[in-house]
Amino acid sequence: MTLLAVERIKLFSTRSPYWCSALAIVLGVGLTAIIAASTDNGQLSLGVTQFGSSQLALSVVLVMAALAVTTEYRFNTIRATFLAVPNRISALVSKTVVVAFIAGVLGEVIAFGSVGIAKVLSPASDLAINSGAEWRHVAGVGLLYGIGAVIAIAVGVLVRQTAGAVAILLVWNMLLEGLIGIIPKAGVKIQAWLPFQNANHFLMLNGPEAAGSEQAGMGIDFKLSQWGSLAYFAGIAVALLVVALVVAKRRDA
Amino acid sequence: MIEAVRLQKHYGKTKAVDDLSFTVRPGRVTGFLGPNGAGKSTTMRMILGLDTPTGGDVTIDGKHYAELKQPLRKVGALLDAKWVHPNRSARSHLKWLAVSNKIPVSRVNEVLEVVGLTEVAHKNAGGFSLGMSQRLGIAGALLGDPEVLLFDEPVNGLDPEGILWIRQFMHRLAAEGRTVFVSSHLLSEMAQTAQDLIVIGRGQLIAQTSTEQFIADATQDTVRVRSPHAAKLREILAAHATVTDDATNGSLVVQGIPAQQIGELAAENQVVLHELSPQRGSLEEAFMQLTKESVEYQAH
Repeated sequence: MTLLAVERIKLFSTRSPYWCSALAIVLGVGLTAIIAASTDNGQLSLGVTQFGSSQLALSVVLVMAALAVTTEYRFNTIRATFLAVPNRISALVSKTVVVAFIAGVLGEVIAFGSVGIAKVLSPASDLAINSGAEWRHVAGVGLLYGIGAVIAIAVGVLVRQTAGAVAILLVWNMLLEGLIGIIPKAGVKIQAWLPFQNANHFLMLNGPEAAGSEQAGMGIDFKLSQWGSLAYFAGIAVALLVVALVVAKRRDA
Repeated sequence: MIEAVRLQKHYGKTKAVDDLSFTVRPGRVTGFLGPNGAGKSTTMRMILGLDTPTGGDVTIDGKHYAELKQPLRKVGALLDAKWVHPNRSARSHLKWLAVSNKIPVSRVNEVLEVVGLTEVAHKNAGGFSLGMSQRLGIAGALLGDPEVLLFDEPVNGLDPEGILWIRQFMHRLAAEGRTVFVSSHLLSEMAQTAQDLIVIGRGQLIAQTSTEQFIADATQDTVRVRSPHAAKLREILAAHATVTDDATNGSLVVQGIPAQQIGELAAENQVVLHELSPQRGSLEEAFMQLTKESVEYQAH
C-alpha cells in the first residue's frame, strides 16, 4: 500500500497525466459527438458510440502510461526510486497497478461519456445498454485501457525513452496489426492472434446490435471466445511485463 | 561503516573499477579522491545497489544496500542533484521519498528548513539553480536522518558561499557520529573537507590514509640554497642529498636533507650562504604526480 501511495503522489504531482487524461476524454467523447451530430436522429447505434474510446482515446492512454515510466528514465528519477525502494520489482509493479487503475477508470469515463453525449445529441436513437454484449461493449473499454496500460509500461521499461516507446506503441496499435490483414490469406489468420485485434474482438457486438457499424476486427476468424480474447490480451500484457521486470532487475539503473 | 572488498566493475574490456578494497569509518569525513573517470561514481553506484559489481562485494554495516529495510533511514545519498522531475515541486519530490520509507511527512518541512529551501518548496525543481538543486538533493539525503551519507562531487559548480556551506555541513554531520563519504577530483577541496582519504586512479586504489599523512607523503619538501660558492657547495651536499640546479636564478634545489643540516654543512666547510629556504611542494602538483599514470585522457 505504501508503494501504491508513492506512485500515486509521483503521478499526480506532475502535469502530464492531467493533460493526457483531458486529451483522451476530449478525443474519445468528441469523436462520438461529431459522429452523433452528423448522423440522422434515430439512426445512431450503440456500436458506433465506442469508436472514439476503443480506437482513438486508447492511443492517448497508451502514451500516458508509457510516459509514466519513460519520464522516470528521462529525468533519472528511476534511480531515486530504486534508492528509496531497492526492490525494483515491487516498485515497478506498484507503478503498473496505479497507472493501470487510472487508465481503467479513464476508460469507463470515456466509454459512458460517449454513450451519454450520443444520447443527448441523438435522443431518438436506441442507445440503451441492455444485453450482456452491450454492457461488455461499453464497460469493457475500461478493461481494455487497464490492460493496454500494462503493455505500455512494459514497453516503456524495456525501451526507456519516450520517443521510442511512443512510436512502438502507436505503430503497433494503430498501424501494424491492421496492416498485417493486407497479407493475402495468411494475414487474417495471423490477425486472429494479435493482441490488440483480440482486444477489439472482446468489445465486438454481434447480431442485430452491430447493425450499421463497421467494427474494428470484423472479418477476422477469431479462434477464441470474446472473454477468451480478453484473457489472451491480458496474458500477453502480463508476459511482456514479466520480461520488462526481469530486464529492469538485472540491468544497471 | 562502508566496506568494499575487491570490488570490480567491467564494461566489456574497460575496467572502470578494478580490485578496489577500502573501508569508510563513522564519525569522520572520508574523501574519495581521483581524477575524472577514475571510477568514483561507479563505485558509489555499486555501494547503493544501482549497479551490480562484476566481482567483489560492498556492504554498509555488513549488509548490501538492497537488503536494507527502509534504506533512506540508514543511507542518504546525493549522487546527482538533477535526479528530480523538473515539473515536480521540491516539496512533492521530498514527500514521495518520505512516504516510500515511512518517514513522517512533517520531516519534509524540517529538511527544507535545514537546507534553506522553505520559501521555494512549492516551486518546480526544474527552475532551480545548480546550487538550489544541490540543496534539494542534500535535503533528500537527510530525509531519513541516516547514519551513512554519500555525496558525489557535491561542490561541483557551486559558488564559494555554497562550497563553504557544504563543507561545514559535512563536518557537522561527521561530528554527530555519522559516516560521511564524499567524492571529489580536487585535492585542495578535500584537504579542507576530509579527515581521511581514499585515493583512486583508473579504478585502482592508490592510497587509503589520513588526509594529513597523504599530504605529508605526497608533497616533497625541498630546500632552496643560494651561495656565491655554488660549485663547492654542490660538491659537499651531493654526498648527502640530491642536488639540482635552478637555472632561472642560479640557486640549488636540495632534496633529502633538512635546512639546518645544510646550514651546518656549509659552516663546517666555510661556505657563505645567501639564501636557505625550505620549500613546500604544492598539493596539486603532488596529486598530479601520484595520479598522472592513471589519468584517463591526457592533453599533450
